[in-house]
Order: sequence, then structure tokens, then C-alpha cells
Amino acid sequence: MIRPPSARSEAVFDDFKPAYTTGQALAEANRCLYCSDAPCIQACPTGIDIPEFIRKIATDNVKGSARTIFEANILGMSCARVCPVEVLCVGDCVYNHMGVPPIQIGKLQRYSTDVAYAEGWTFFEAGEDTGKRVALVGAGPASLACAHALRRMGHGCTIFEKRAVVGGLNTTGVAPYKMKADRSQDEVDWVLSIGGVELKTGVEVGRDVTFADLERDFDAVFVGFGLGPDGWLPDCEGIAGIHGAVDFIERFKLGEVDLDGVERALVIGGGNTAVDAVRELKGLGVPRVAMVYRGTEAGMSGYAHEWQAAKLENIEAIWQTQPTGFARGDDGLAVDAVKLDEKKRPIEGSAHRLPADLVLLAIGQGKLGELIAGLDGVRLDRGRLVVDAHGYTGRPGYYAGGDAANGGKEVVNAAAEGKAAARAIDAWLAADNSLRSQKTEGAV
Amino acid sequence: MAAAKVKPDLTTDCAGIRSPNPFWLASAPPTNSGEQIMRAFDAGWGGAVWKTLGTPIQNVSSRFGATNYRGTAAIGFNNIELITDRPLDVNFREIAEVKKRYPDHAVIVSLMVETREEWKEIIQRSEDAGADGLELNFGCPHGMCERGMGSAVGQEPKVNERITGWAKEFATVPVLVKLTPNVGDIVPHGLAAKRGGADGVSLINTIKSIIGVDIDRFVPEPRVGGLSTNGGYCGAAVKPIALHMVGALARDPGFDIPISGIGGVRNWRDAIEFMLLGSTSVQVCTEVMLRGYRIVEDMIEGLTEYMARHGFATVDQLVGKAVPSFSEWGQLDLNYETIAKIDAQSCIGCQLCVTACHDGAHQCIHPTGESRVPVIDEDECVGCNLCQIVCPVPGCISMVEVDNGYTPATWNQHVGEGATLRPKKGAH
Repeated sequence: MIRPPSARSEAVFDDFKPAYTTGQALAEANRCLYCSDAPCIQACPTGIDIPEFIRKIATDNVKGSARTIFEANILGMSCARVCPVEVLCVGDCVYNHMGVPPIQIGKLQRYSTDVAYAEGWTFFEAGEDTGKRVALVGAGPASLACAHALRRMGHGCTIFEKRAVVGGLNTTGVAPYKMKADRSQDEVDWVLSIGGVELKTGVEVGRDVTFADLERDFDAVFVGFGLGPDGWLPDCEGIAGIHGAVDFIERFKLGEVDLDGVERALVIGGGNTAVDAVRELKGLGVPRVAMVYRGTEAGMSGYAHEWQAAKLENIEAIWQTQPTGFARGDDGLAVDAVKLDEKKRPIEGSAHRLPADLVLLAIGQGKLGELIAGLDGVRLDRGRLVVDAHGYTGRPGYYAGGDAANGGKEVVNAAAEGKAAARAIDAWLAADNSLRSQKTEGAV
Repeated sequence: MAAAKVKPDLTTDCAGIRSPNPFWLASAPPTNSGEQIMRAFDAGWGGAVWKTLGTPIQNVSSRFGATNYRGTAAIGFNNIELITDRPLDVNFREIAEVKKRYPDHAVIVSLMVETREEWKEIIQRSEDAGADGLELNFGCPHGMCERGMGSAVGQEPKVNERITGWAKEFATVPVLVKLTPNVGDIVPHGLAAKRGGADGVSLINTIKSIIGVDIDRFVPEPRVGGLSTNGGYCGAAVKPIALHMVGALARDPGFDIPISGIGGVRNWRDAIEFMLLGSTSVQVCTEVMLRGYRIVEDMIEGLTEYMARHGFATVDQLVGKAVPSFSEWGQLDLNYETIAKIDAQSCIGCQLCVTACHDGAHQCIHPTGESRVPVIDEDECVGCNLCQIVCPVPGCISMVEVDNGYTPATWNQHVGEGATLRPKKGAH
């Protein structure tokens, strides 16, 4: 495992939501009503007992508060920073119905979990060794949550990660004004401190090792390899100055990018990656940044609260516009585009050209399901692994979670799915099942 | 009630002590010096009871403690400070200065000495300085009582009566006796003061207490080195105890002298509650210690507005207004019935009422599963008020009177005359 280098362009960012001081945390914690059967808990994919952890902050039982959080979600530290709380727990705080500002649950969770990390508290021990071994594909949030839960149950874990760094999108993709790569690394270290998790980085399953290898060496497999590379529009790959957004974000989070001379940047897309990317480019010093989206503001899939923050940073939007071609001339890039109507149909005679020095494509990522498509029982839906509520893929011994299975959701979803899969794997192994004892049909 | 046409007059005469309004500072740190009291009068306080004079003492460092509740500092407060530590000459000189500059404000001097001769001398000096009244400190529950003063006097009706008699013998200005709440029943102590000739009483003094314990050092608070001692409890949390004691004296047929009410008064609303239960003037200490003299502006405005709203032209008209309705349990109508109603429009779905009723009352509020608004099983609701108390939304839960068809019947009537009681609710 290689740690993120210290020289990273993302270092210029300050926290968009700064950490609470103890005084701020106490004041906010004491506002919490401690609802019964609280809506915020129901809104949390990992079901953290939010009123309880907040009450424990108020009573100066921060250790207990952190325990409550981590018992439900071992990735509670990163989720405190990256969760879209506005549409989850905070959005469902009952104070919203009273016209009173909702409790800042994310910031309180950050407070407790940061104290826990700073104090070096850990709460969980590995279970008694069962002799079973589980292979986890990908070292992102889903696999980390799954592996930690499996270790508590006493199962051995090996995580295969094709990158040199671990942590998945928490390390390579999270907007740096929410969390930087080194903090994600802190979380990986903290989670893996439970012991017994072997990390194999720089190893790509499907290429360096096969699923057949895994079935030979492991009792069960968890697939948490996330999403594939950025999607590209026709005829633009290879043009200098045009990048996939996810790839570009990874580059400035793990190293340095040179934006000298970039006066105007365009981000194509209207999802959360696009909204992140425009804010990131602005923060990295690009004077004019605009998002180019086919639909309207109301129709964009990026969170409204995130776009609202982008607007406050003087980021522009070019709505109902579709790029039709890209060209590189002497004075930079040019994006040919047309305007679209309400039904996203091109409007005749609307062709125009948008100047840019940098273009990022944030139009979705490819799916990696093909890596596993050859295995009997595994079903894909547009590249995404189809699983049941417990992460079961349909092939005995194979479970999946995170973006690979849900198609691209939040870290908190990955944490919940990884943990749920661990429970299912444990139950399957407890019933004396093992991949190693099975006939390996169709393994690739 | 018709609103008064005239501006309410807040002028107060409590046991012959006149002040521009009924709000006095209690004898305590806010009345330690002339400079402080003059600033308080400038802020609007009608009177001040000077920090108790006697033989000046030496105080400990670290002398206050507080109890906090859900982030609110000092809902209860205690102290182990004693009487004045400043030379008597200085105190008397400052009293004279204050009276010279503020002739219309009330300066009451609190006193605590031991022997008859000492009482005679200190009363004389107080009157020479211009005191409008005297308050005999028979209440302090810490330090001074170990020396045979303060609550050691207030807890013994005969001693109380005798020393009050001395004071009345020497004084020409009105004498108030400050009573300690550290007794089982306040009434005999108020009656003792009256027998001694007191012109009025003030109550309550502080309650004997330990405010807390330092759980890492294993020492009670406030910690003085490695030790602590019991102190006097005051602040918002003691108001219910004070209201009861004021009311108990006010309604006693044998007690008919004025009361200056003290204990947890923070604002005009608290002050009015004391007045309605029989206080002619109201004394404040802790809230001033926590927030300063400036709080009196709101108190004056609030009382004025309240009096105008109810048509009270003078404060006399509201003093004691709630005393007749302070009764005994046996006189309460057992057939009076209320039930809780939830306003679905303003309910925010916190369901605190569900848990409170389920765990702390009669298990009659239930979640519906359809919306977050709970339902009340009216056949089971005993009307206890708990849900209304925990509800964070003003006006969302109301306790509604039910006409159950039963004639009012008290326990006394039931036992004495066989009056019919409605069937019990929630008793199965």
C-alpha cells in the first residue's frame, strides 16, 4: 500500500464545513430533541442511532458517542464529512417541520469520530479465528466495511486492489473541501487496525489473478470494485485539454496538476461529479468555470444544495446545451454545441461554439461488471452486478456491494452494503459452505 | 377583563418600605457596595437589600457552584460566601451616600450579629446611615450558622421571636425577618417573626445543599483545596420551593404581615407569580449575578404590560390574587377531567410524547405507522400533562377539558358525604 504523496494540488482547499470546536459541538448537541424512533435514523443507510450519539456528546461521553457511530458504520469518520446529509439525516430532522434550523448531524458525527481518531480509541476486536478466508475485490468503502465486519466474526480477509493506494473513491474521488486523501488513508489505517486483513495492492482481479484463483484459495468472495473509467463523448478522446472528470480529480487528489494558463474551463454534465468538478476547478484557481448540462437546473441530478454552493462561488452554468464536437486550435480548445429544448432535442440553428482551455467530461462512469460476467449465476444490469438485499449475487459464495452493485451511490451506501454482505457471508460460511469445496463452473 | 385606562402604578409599599417598583435586589454579592447599588438603581431597580452587615468575615476563595441542564448554565446555583467582608465604617458611609443620591429608592440593610448589645449598635448605625428598613438575616445555611447565627436562629422559632423582639425594640424603621427554607414547615417560623413584632418577612433564603461532586478528584463542589462544604442553593431551580413557602404563609389565617418574595426569580413572569401568591415586593439575586442589573428593564416592562392587560392600576391589586386558589389536595375536584389533544398541523413528529407517555405515564399515545403524528387513546388518557410538558412545539399539545357528566366531587366530599366519583382511568 502506497500512501498519498504530500505534494498534492488538493492541499489548497479548506473544509467547506469546518470542524466544530467543543463549545460548538456542545451547543448543537444540546439542541437535539432526542426524538423517539427518530426520522434521522431511518434516513441513514447505516441506521446510526443519531439521537443517542448526540446525547452522548452532550453528556461528555464522547467515547460512547463514537462507539455508537462506529457500531453502525465503521466508516463513520469519512461519512461524517462526505455524506449528503442535507438529503439524508439532516434533511429529515424534525426541526425542519418547525422552521427551526435542523441539527447539524454530520458536523457532530465528525466531532465524535475525530476525537476518537485523535485519542486513538478503537472499539472492536477480531473474532476468534474461524479458519475461513474471504477475498474482497477492490479496497474501497464497501470492501473495507465488509472486511472489518468479517474480521469481527473471525474470518480471514484478503483485499485485492488494482491501484497502489487504497480507500477507493474516498481517497481518489471525494471533493477535497470535504475530505482529502490523507484523511481517507487515516481511516483505512484505523479500520484495518483490527488486524488480520491482508492487502494486495497493484493486483487486478480478472487480470493478475483470476476468479478461479480466488475460488481455489478462498471460501467466499466479496466484489466491491466500484465503477470503471470516465465515459467519453464521441471523437474527443486524445484531444489535449480534455479529460475525464473522475480521472482528473484523482490526479489532483493524489498529485499535482498544472492549471497555468487555464482561464476558462468547462465541465460537461449535470450530476454530482460535475458539480464537484466545477467547484474543484474554481478552488484550484481557474478564473472562469462553467457547467454545461443538457437539461435545466431543476432537472439536474446533482444535489441542489451542492449546486447552490457552487453558484455562491460564482460558477456559471450553461443549461440545455449539448456538445457536438471538440476541436483544438491555436488559441485553445473549442466546444461546438447546440441548444436543446425541454425534451432535450436539438434546436435547429442553435449551433454555437464555446471557448475553453480545459474540458472535463462528467457524463458518468463505465461499469466493471464485464470483469465478472463469465461466472455462472452472476447477473448484470447495464454493467452493474445484480444483488439481493444481502448483497448475494446469485452465484453461491459471491457477494457484492458499493458502486459495483448499486451503480454509483454514496459512501454510506457502500458501508451499509459491505456490512450487510458480511453478515450474509458469515451465515453462508456458518452453514458449512465454501467456494473451495465447490465445483468451479465457468470460473474465469 | 377590561384593560385599565390609566398607566399602571408600580410604586410599592412593602411593610412600610416604599420603592418605585416592587423589584429589589436581594442581600448578596450584587449589593456588596454603594457603587454597585447606585448602578443598579440607575438600571431601574426599586430597592436593594444591602449585603448582610455584621462582624466582617474572611471568605474562602472558590465559593460558587452551579448545576447545568442540557447546555443551560446554572439553572441552579449555590454559594459558600458569608456576610460582608468589608469594614462596617465603609459600608455605612456608602449607605449614606446612596441614600443621599437616591432618596426615593429603598435601601434595606441586612443584619446578622449575636448579642443584644450588638443588635442595638448595628441597628442604630444603620438608621443613622439612612436605612429605609432592616432585614434580619436568620437564614444563611452555611458558615454563619456554625457560629450560632443565620439559619441557626431561623430554625428555632423561640430564638427567632426573641431576636426579632430585640430588633423591634431598637428600630424605628420597618423590620423584615428573612426566613430560612431549611425547615419542615415554614408557617411556625413566619408566625414567630410576627410574634416578635416583625413588620414583614422575606423568604426564602438559600437551601442547604451540595451543588455537585468533582468525580475525578472525589471532592464536592465548590472545591476549596481538597475539601468542600454545604452551601446555599438558589437560582431558577428553587423557585417552586420558594413559591410554596410564600404561598403557605400567605394563606395562613394567623399570618397577616407583608411578604417580600425571594427564590429563583429571573424575569417579570416569575415575579408576578410570587406577587400572585402573596409577595408585595420581589427580591432577585442569582439572575443578576448571571446576567447583570440590566434584566430589570424587561421586568418593569413585563409587569407594566401585564397589569395593563389585566386592568390592575396598582401592584396591591394583584398581590395575593392566587392565594385563595392554593388549596389542599382533598379539596380538588376528582371529577374534573382533561385529555390531551395533538394538533396534527403543528406536530413535527418527534414523538417525544410517545416515549414519555409510554415510559413515564399511562401508555396511551401511540405511533400510527402512517404518519409521524401520534394518536391519543382518549379512553386511556388520564390527562396528566406529561406529553404537553415534553412537546417542543408551543401549542401543539393542549389539555382539553372533558364534560364527563359528573358533578364536581372532592375527596373530602366523597369521604364525608359519599359524593360520587367518576370511574378511574388508566387504573388497570
